[in-house]
Amino acid sequence: MSIFWALLRRELSSFFFALTGYVIIAAVTLLTGLSFVVLIHNLGTDPSPMPVTEMFYRTYFFWLVVLLASPVITMRSFALEKASGTFETLMTTPVGDVQVVAAKFVGALIFYLVAWLPLLACLFIVRHFTNQNALDSGTVGGMFLGIFLVGGLFISLGCFASSLTRSQMAAAMIAFVLGVSLFALGFLAEALPATARWQSEIISYFGLFEQMRDFARGVVDTRAVTFYVTATFWFLFLTLRVVEGRRWK
Amino acid sequence: MIEVSNLTKRYAGRTAVDDISFTVARGEIVGLLGPNGAGKSTTMRVLSGFMPATSGTVRVAGFDVFHDADETRRRIGYMPENNPLYPEMRVREYLKFRARLKGLGWKKSRERVTTVMEQCGLADAGRRVIGQLSKGYKQRVGLADALVHDPELIILDEPTIGLDPQQIRSVRTLIKSLAGKHTVLISTHILPEVEMMCGRVLIMFGGRVLASDTPENLQRRMAGGSQIIAEIAAPESALRTAFENLPEVEQFDITAADGNFFRCALTPRGGTDLRAAIFALVQQHGWTLRELTRSRHSLEDIYMQVTRPTTEAVE
Repeated sequence: MSIFWALLRRELSSFFFALTGYVIIAAVTLLTGLSFVVLIHNLGTDPSPMPVTEMFYRTYFFWLVVLLASPVITMRSFALEKASGTFETLMTTPVGDVQVVAAKFVGALIFYLVAWLPLLACLFIVRHFTNQNALDSGTVGGMFLGIFLVGGLFISLGCFASSLTRSQMAAAMIAFVLGVSLFALGFLAEALPATARWQSEIISYFGLFEQMRDFARGVVDTRAVTFYVTATFWFLFLTLRVVEGRRWK
Repeated sequence: MIEVSNLTKRYAGRTAVDDISFTVARGEIVGLLGPNGAGKSTTMRVLSGFMPATSGTVRVAGFDVFHDADETRRRIGYMPENNPLYPEMRVREYLKFRARLKGLGWKKSRERVTTVMEQCGLADAGRRVIGQLSKGYKQRVGLADALVHDPELIILDEPTIGLDPQQIRSVRTLIKSLAGKHTVLISTHILPEVEMMCGRVLIMFGGRVLASDTPENLQRRMAGGSQIIAEIAAPESALRTAFENLPEVEQFDITAADGNFFRCALTPRGGTDLRAAIFALVQQHGWTLRELTRSRHSLEDIYMQVTRPTTEAVE
């Protein structure tokens, strides 16, 4: 366990003691800020039955953050170590592959969540300048749970992409393509004809957009939670296999 | 300490290491010598447990590097080629991180880091960022990392590459100081380095170990081809009869030099040293001697000789 903490500390310091970490945080802050501006504009025009959090997530800036930031956060996790050769020094110490994968995932996830913190400030501003029931703890909690779960999925997907290659650029692109495909899959359900019911049933499990709307409304659907957690572990498992693959004969 | 038997490593379509076997005893400093692409780094990567062998077994301290990976990794300090480090970390922070990864406790790792930093001449560089260090200092950080958990076996892949002569000397002194307590395996393609540091040399070429012996023995083995050169002022016929009567001389060749000197090239029988006998001969006859040398084969000649025939066979 102490080895895991040492690895996690190093992952976090590589994010926070480097310029790239702050560039990512600045970019995410800019995007959340933009969506906040859109949100304020919408709130100012006409009354809406939607919770504020749902209006926020409906701006596409939210999805830009998830789809763009997570590949950039995770692209270096394995690719950089492989390219610089430190992967060799790391894997010749008595650390387990599981510990390495877990530390890289948890480190990137923590960084992702920290990058989202400015959103809290936005919500406080909304709360301060509107009446009290515009934001209740249920919708805010649901929204952050959604951000956490979606983040876990995209970060694990990014780790997997990074483990496949020694080029950070390729890692980011693979993660982006996989992420966008996963995101687009959810919209396929609407495009299917009404007769294809079981197909759309299956695809609706991948409806990230729909599921996130529920979270933003404060509805925590256990099916969605199960889906995110399972998918996250699935990609972590694949990452582990790739890392182990080096030792296959 | 190391037992390698019938180790083969194949990459897609290419055999990097071809059925090699060797052993290294505890406390030895062994040099793995060979040109680039001879399979030195691959051998070391398999030894360190980073890559599995295609076939054959490698045992370190009695443990199989593949099946008891954790046990062997704990006993090995490995510095890969090009000495990869995290450039954004500070020296002390990095070494402490590495010590923790290698399973040292919090207090123990602090102790060991201080010890190896002194040992490697890093005592004043603890707070410096690795990315801003000179190459020589980086190399010392890599060495300190390999030593930090006090391993029984230290594997260093080209530890002196890219350093200036001064830095090379300090790295060499450091490695020499490890003899006895640790077993050391070094790879290099620089010949004098092996002659200076290693008790034994393994010459690798084309994925095979072509020779394995002490540097002195390798030189002696080649002494059959060495020659004694003597320039003597004496009648040529007298020289001929004198050499013919010397039982240790296998062959000789006399050519006229300037004045009344003759240049004699003598091949000794069975690698014996003829110089004393020649001097006695000259003294006995009252001749004049102005040069007496033994042309010794350096490790470089051996290296060239060992690697050459295979090069031609490959081409």
